[in-house]
Amino acid sequence: MAEYRIQIKDACKNFGDVQALRNANLNIAKGEVVLVIGPSGSGKSTMLRCINKLETLSSGNIWIDDDCVTDPKSDIRKIREDVGMVFQNFNLFAHLTALKNITLALTTVKKTPKEEAEAAAKKLLARVGLSDKENVYPGQLSGGQQQRVAIARALAMNPRVMLFDEPTSALDPEMIKEVLDVMLDLAKEGMTMMVVSHEMGFAKAAADKVVFMDEGEIIETGTPLEVFNSPKEERTKTFLQHIL
Amino acid sequence: MAEIDKVPRIEITDGALIPDDAEKSIFSAWNISFFGALLILIILPIASPDPFLEILLFVPDGVVTTFQVTILSIIFSLVVGLFAGLGRLSRVKVVNRIATIYVEVVRGIPLLVQLFYIYYALGKVVQLPRLTSAIIAMTFCYGAYMGEIFRAGIQSVPQGQMEAALALGMSRTQAIWTVIIPQTFRIILPPVGNEFIALLKDSSLVSILAVSDLLRRGREYASTSFLYFESYTVVALIYLIITLFLSKIVANMEKRLKLHGRV
Repeated sequence: MAEYRIQIKDACKNFGDVQALRNANLNIAKGEVVLVIGPSGSGKSTMLRCINKLETLSSGNIWIDDDCVTDPKSDIRKIREDVGMVFQNFNLFAHLTALKNITLALTTVKKTPKEEAEAAAKKLLARVGLSDKENVYPGQLSGGQQQRVAIARALAMNPRVMLFDEPTSALDPEMIKEVLDVMLDLAKEGMTMMVVSHEMGFAKAAADKVVFMDEGEIIETGTPLEVFNSPKEERTKTFLQHIL
Repeated sequence: MAEIDKVPRIEITDGALIPDDAEKSIFSAWNISFFGALLILIILPIASPDPFLEILLFVPDGVVTTFQVTILSIIFSLVVGLFAGLGRLSRVKVVNRIATIYVEVVRGIPLLVQLFYIYYALGKVVQLPRLTSAIIAMTFCYGAYMGEIFRAGIQSVPQGQMEAALALGMSRTQAIWTVIIPQTFRIILPPVGNEFIALLKDSSLVSILAVSDLLRRGREYASTSFLYFESYTVVALIYLIITLFLSKIVANMEKRLKLHGRV
């Protein structure tokens, strides 16, 4: 067994001349909740998207347990089933109801029988507090509700890891809490989570580790207390002054 | 200032016939044209049954043929268009190139020339029935137009939809058929409706192959009776009524889609 649930080693990603990720190294243990912060364009989302290969690393390696994401020989689809992802803009399937959003991948990818998939989806909707929205289309849901459905959709695949790419950035302030509450519950249940977000409240309540990135590099890693209260690096200090 | 507010919003679509939201008055352009045409078509045979009633009884077979050509062509061209559109977006270079060449070539040759080509020129190799040739030519031509509509439709589905599907472990093919294409159909419904109308009008070109469509029937009557003005007036009115009616349906469809929000 691998020591870490997620292991990122010497990861580099270039978009043309732009180095979005420079030699990033990060290990995340099973059950750990990691918050990634940093100014926009610092490579946070790129790093996250490389973990399930929505972007391909230019060099370096990433493992999920013993599965090497970056090995061209590994079955990336199989790995993706185990890596849930939640997007900034929810990306719910606009033509499907909340329930069908959750069952689609179960029936097409895992070949789960329809009734079983629907039962699982109903359970998940209940878990995110949206039992009454089964047959509602994404367009009729609020942002917070959409994001909760998106989380339920990712959980349906029974992932080992959950990636959150700025899950609350597109939400109105009053809806942020309902999404964070769902995420807090997940953290408490021992889900391994990597969250790109600037939600300090969530960090203090649930994060085991905070990673600060700038210009594609991981500048500083530590507990929330360490990074927020006594940052070692000058760049971290400057950034925190800007957002607090 | 109030003057400015009164300026109607102008939307340009293929069917200039399609009524705008602002046109709600009884005397809207659509109402005047449609009911005007209908009225004339009713009054003429009553006022002078000879020859108008006779013409009206002579041409309906043509309407059936016109619809036959139109509907079959639209169904086939939708299928061709779907694959042409997917081909245009394919990552496989050969497929992409073939689809692009198809679209470019077809769009560069007038439909009338294509009709002649398939029936007469290719007739040297395989002689197809007139109606079949007509439908093949229309399908070939409109398949390319539909291909461009499909391509644009597929591209207008937000990128995030594909990413979400892939992130769940779906293959690209699964994602395309279960997530992208269903959303594409909703987006392209109005432009496809407009193509349907355009195709119906263009179907009059098949009369050149002596397929007895509406125009051909009118011409047959005219050439035996020498009543050119009367015959073609009736033909034009029938085309107008059909296309105006269809454009109303398309407009309503568009409005309904708008009400349902983004997609």
